[in-house]
Amino acid sequence: MTSLVLFYLAGTLTLGGAVGVVGTRNIVHAALFLLASLMGVAGIYLLVFAEFLALVQVLIYGGAIVIVVLFALMLTRLQEFRGSMENRQWPVAVVAAVVLFGVIAAAIVRTGTPAGLERQGPGVQDIGTALFTQWAIPFEVASVLLLVALIGAIVIARAGGRD
Amino acid sequence: MITLVHLQVLSAGLFCIGLYGVLARRSAVLILLAIELMLNAVNVNLVGLAAFVDNGQFMGQIIAIFVITVAAAEVGLALAIILRLYRNRGSVNVDQLNMMKW
Repeated sequence: MTSLVLFYLAGTLTLGGAVGVVGTRNIVHAALFLLASLMGVAGIYLLVFAEFLALVQVLIYGGAIVIVVLFALMLTRLQEFRGSMENRQWPVAVVAAVVLFGVIAAAIVRTGTPAGLERQGPGVQDIGTALFTQWAIPFEVASVLLLVALIGAIVIARAGGRD
Repeated sequence: MITLVHLQVLSAGLFCIGLYGVLARRSAVLILLAIELMLNAVNVNLVGLAAFVDNGQFMGQIIAIFVITVAAAEVGLALAIILRLYRNRGSVNVDQLNMMKW
């Protein structure tokens, strides 16, 4: 019962933050709403016993991605949106989002919860073992991907160069 | 007691809010933030399925870790492109980025 209350709290934080991200007119506020939403997701990870992912979520999203977004907002001074923050197709976007949510939610509720579900979470040690044995090759590929993205970002954003 | 349905409906809601943001916003930075919301919705779904269905195999959590990795790389590259765009065009309004149209 307590877990359900905590779930609704974290879910409200997540969805409220998400609505703030897509609804606010201030871009810096949007980045801070994104932080709130991501921390709500971290709380949900804790509730389903994925504590390693909750930690990764706080460190990478809260500590890295939101900070990088705020830096980018400082470097691109955005006073250019005088009129609406939304483009002309926003009513279509509302309809598309609501219809998609209706379809997915109907499918989920019709399917229901299969019988005999057990909440179980692996420890951090299990995840580490799996990541470095069974998933070692994807792990190395991910590290190469991060290196390529790092070098690519430096080359693209470098001052000067050939425009 | 939390059930899988709770997590899946939450994930669907987060994904659809992100979809609205991607379709309706004019600033490239805000579209990027909405894409982050959608990636998080996918992660919630993966972690929920790993916790409730996958008998102690936690494959969903491993895949969620890789999704977070790719999201970090994507944000870094996309913000570099946005910075470059701002420097070259003086704007990050995606309605005005039509130089590849003819």
